[in-house]
Amino acid sequence: MAMTYSEKVMEHFTHPRNVGVIEDADGVGEVGNMSCGDIMKVYLKINDGIIEDVKFNTFGCGSAIATSSMATEMIKGKPVEEALKLTNKAVVEALDGLPPVKIHCSVLAEEAVKAALKDYYEKKGLPVPEECSNECNGCCHSCH
Amino acid sequence: MRVYADNAATTKVSDKALEAMMLGLTTLYGNPSSLHEEGREAEHELLKARMEIAALMGAETDEIYFTSGGSESDNWAIREMAKRGSKKGKMHLISTEFEHHAVLHTLQKLEKEGFAVTYIKPEANGIIDIEKLKAAIRPDTALVTVMYANNEIGTIQPIKEIADICHEHDIIFHTDAVQALGHIPVNVKENGIDLMSFSGHKFNGPKGVGGLYVKKGIVIGNLIDGGAQERRKRAGTENIPGIMGMAAALKEAVEEMDTEIEKLTALRDRLIDGIIEKIPAVHLNGDRERRVPGNVNFCFEGIEGESLLLRLDLAGIAASSGSACTSGSLDPSHVLLSIGVPKELAHGSLRLSFGKYNTEEEIDYILEVLPDIVKTLRLMSPVWDDKNGCMKKISF
Repeated sequence: MAMTYSEKVMEHFTHPRNVGVIEDADGVGEVGNMSCGDIMKVYLKINDGIIEDVKFNTFGCGSAIATSSMATEMIKGKPVEEALKLTNKAVVEALDGLPPVKIHCSVLAEEAVKAALKDYYEKKGLPVPEECSNECNGCCHSCH
Repeated sequence: MRVYADNAATTKVSDKALEAMMLGLTTLYGNPSSLHEEGREAEHELLKARMEIAALMGAETDEIYFTSGGSESDNWAIREMAKRGSKKGKMHLISTEFEHHAVLHTLQKLEKEGFAVTYIKPEANGIIDIEKLKAAIRPDTALVTVMYANNEIGTIQPIKEIADICHEHDIIFHTDAVQALGHIPVNVKENGIDLMSFSGHKFNGPKGVGGLYVKKGIVIGNLIDGGAQERRKRAGTENIPGIMGMAAALKEAVEEMDTEIEKLTALRDRLIDGIIEKIPAVHLNGDRERRVPGNVNFCFEGIEGESLLLRLDLAGIAASSGSACTSGSLDPSHVLLSIGVPKELAHGSLRLSFGKYNTEEEIDYILEVLPDIVKTLRLMSPVWDDKNGCMKKISF
């Protein structure tokens, strides 16, 4: 099946932002499922409630890499409270859309960020905000 | 630079095929069913094409039915042979797990209609074990359908042995030879094939035309009613330009076969050796020797096939993958799963398939570009262990 990605998606796929690992991260989140073919891992460096740095590693298709890149761009330098409000819809819009069969990639990107935030709250011994509740079971079939 | 390495998907029409098609489109435009000179000329060309195609696969002229391609031929052959069996109370069919979907989906439909189907699991090298076929045969087996060569991994099946076993048990044998005809020697009589599907665009002929060989004596029901074409079995004005193009392409392919096999085998082996040498943690899918000359299929640990295809495309290389993301479904290739490739590895598969227009320079270009692309993707993959040069062991 031939699929067309927006220029934005292709741009983020070919030049992904924030690729890498943060060794002393304050929050790490990993979501996805190897048998489905998508795994995202997000690392956060948080100082005074501000996301100072964010990195990701993704195993997945073009849109999985592009959504990881865009989602990390959208929360970088932002207060945690704002990052908690990140939605997959906003990621899709920022990328000028995704093919319908690829929407699950944006869900995964949102979930990866939230999982990393959850880890941050837990490490700090703080109550985990409701926004971090993981609704994604990591299996792409559930989004279709 | 563009390198077209997806010849198992489709091929470029050859000059000779195009020339034949142009003649069919512009000069011989008559309807073969018409009585006038234009009609008679077209009818003559149709007969000539049928004779040529038949001879090129060791068949009789009236054993060839023209169709729109491989999928139609597969559907027609399997449905009709199942129906034929059911009339004798034979409701069992045998196939393999790694057939083309034109075969698998037809069989699944027949299962819903009450047929029982045994799907033989191919061996890890992508070849069917004859003993497993023997064990699957039942007194009520009506049909065995096994592909000649696999479309993803290129492995060539022991067609003659399969046909012999079928005939010992009075079972009809159909083969989907879409990936074989025009690429390796195919002779229906020598191999004892009862029905065989083929498609023009896989050997540098046009798209939308193919055929079904049906051995004399086997009665096949009508596919389309409404006219005397194809001995009343498939009505509709014949695709004369397509059929002429397919005949010319097959003639050319068979004439050039010896040199093409030699050339493509050398290109294939150069690429396989190069990939194994330059890229760590790769796995060749399918038997190294018993595969069609132009097929290379690898799995790369730690990366996903669609990203790989997109990057290759940007670098000028057209290829294909069995990853879920490229299949439009969420599951990776059923072919790779059938030969025991784990799901996580099957997502990272790449098929490069070559034909008459590919060159050694193109192989070298692929070998220049591919290692860096794989490396880049692996470095951003959470499941790649760069220190140890392999995929991380993760369980979910």
